[in-house]
Amino acid sequence: MPDMSVLAGPQQHQFNPYAENGGTILAIAGADFTVVAGDTRQSEGYSIQTRYAPKVFRLTDRAVLAVNGFAADGNMFVKKVKQRLEWYRHAHAKDMPLRAIARLIQTMLYAQRFFPYYVYNILGGIEEDGSGAVYSFDPVGSYEREACRAAGAAQSLVQPFLDNQIYFKNQTAAPGQSHPTHLPLSDVLSIVIDSFTSATERHIEVGDGLEIYIVLAKGRSLQGVEGLRGLREMSSREDGERVFVLQRELKKD
Amino acid sequence: MRYQSHDVDEFAHVRIASYWPRRVSAVGTRVQPSVLSTPSPPPLFSMFRNTYDSDNTVFSPQGRLHQVEYALEAVKQGSAAVGLRSKTHAVLLALKRSTGELASYQQKMIRIDDHVGIAIAGLTSDARVLSNFMRQQAMSSRMTFNRPVPVNRLVSTIADKAQVNTQEYGRRPYGVGFLVIGQDHTGPHLYEFSPSGTSFEYYAISIGARSQSAKTYLEKHYESFADSNLEDLIRHGLHALRETLQQDKELTINNTSIGIIGPKGPHEKVVSEEGSFRILEGEPIDVYLKTMEAKAAPEAAAPPPAVGDEDVQMAE
Repeated sequence: MPDMSVLAGPQQHQFNPYAENGGTILAIAGADFTVVAGDTRQSEGYSIQTRYAPKVFRLTDRAVLAVNGFAADGNMFVKKVKQRLEWYRHAHAKDMPLRAIARLIQTMLYAQRFFPYYVYNILGGIEEDGSGAVYSFDPVGSYEREACRAAGAAQSLVQPFLDNQIYFKNQTAAPGQSHPTHLPLSDVLSIVIDSFTSATERHIEVGDGLEIYIVLAKGRSLQGVEGLRGLREMSSREDGERVFVLQRELKKD
Repeated sequence: MRYQSHDVDEFAHVRIASYWPRRVSAVGTRVQPSVLSTPSPPPLFSMFRNTYDSDNTVFSPQGRLHQVEYALEAVKQGSAAVGLRSKTHAVLLALKRSTGELASYQQKMIRIDDHVGIAIAGLTSDARVLSNFMRQQAMSSRMTFNRPVPVNRLVSTIADKAQVNTQEYGRRPYGVGFLVIGQDHTGPHLYEFSPSGTSFEYYAISIGARSQSAKTYLEKHYESFADSNLEDLIRHGLHALRETLQQDKELTINNTSIGIIGPKGPHEKVVSEEGSFRILEGEPIDVYLKTMEAKAAPEAAAPPPAVGDEDVQMAE
């Protein structure tokens, strides 16, 4: 079939400052922990740019930021957030509280309202009162605290699954029982892994590897975390909030 | 570009610290201890000084820039700060001043980055502005080159910045001096930055009021610093700092500040793997104060001996 596109009419080319790099991120808040996860595939169109490009980053011992959308904007945004946190540390000799980081992210995103960071952010961690928290953002800074959120290429596959399994939507409890308000860490980890393996099955931009960050409140025991294969600690001290990382394989096709 | 110090011929008793041209490069090993006496400025009533001392861009006939020297005077008015280093650690010790019993103590130590910290002497406001600049430089270096800023480069940058203010009309020199400690792949380092625009590397140095007394102690003991452990290094620093105190004052947990770079010491609870810069104040330094040797009893004005004491009573 000869190329018919020239018959479409006059065309104009212009530099597109954005690209879609695929991938999916997810965060779930527990009673005294939060889990933030993201796959590690970075793609553009039908090509894979790399099988391992981290999308989830530790900001402090109690805050983890996942960034998804346009990878260049995501990486730069994380660097700038980390710089702002460093200025806060210089001025106040302590780490920024989680809800303050959330508000800071909003102002940083909105400052670029007329040339936005093409990034969907999910901030997860431990609040000042010790509870697990998830904050999700749109590219220009609209944000909200939630119990769970999925973003990215497979958002439409994962979020409904979370609504059912975390919020127990469209599901009734067994007679005489009620749904638990918070799930234990082991259940949450299973839900996260199943979300990603399922998304990998049906979405081409999801796969290769999975990185899971677990943030634990201060004083919470390591129950649910000890014995996990390949667990690595990222926290700077043992007597405060603690951050751990897990890596798992995902299908490479 | 660097402000070159000048000879002073007619005042034979005056020696400016930056006479000595031995400046250490990052890979140099010829680091000299501070063996120089504190320069004393010429008497203020000298008629040569007054006509040439208000304009920064005018030399005096003796080849001096008096505004710069007045800036150095501001540093000498600040309370003392001491720095010393070993093969593994570099420490800063500073005496915090307070306006009275009801007042808080002035902050003397500032963190610049994980691997750099400073102690200040002089105008605190100038210190804030310069330390902010150092923080920007450190952060921008990490952002651009993905590695911590080399300490000697950071110190050179502020030295060059301070030099500008000694040569431009209408600007006054910075009124603050720093002792900078930092670490890189070659180990810990200690630098002095002065508002004249010079910087040197040292094994041990002190700045501020009565710092010459501290220097004397450091010159006496510096050979043992290289192989000292952290506790001994701090103890030497505290002894040096104590020398700068006036008669009836002493080092307390409230008026003393300790800055450390290097691996965790025996009395420290939580320190990062890389031995990041940390400031110790208040309760945590009590354990170090206790390692100090008792001060030698003063010769005059001793308290009257107790009843029954065999010693001869001093005249009333």
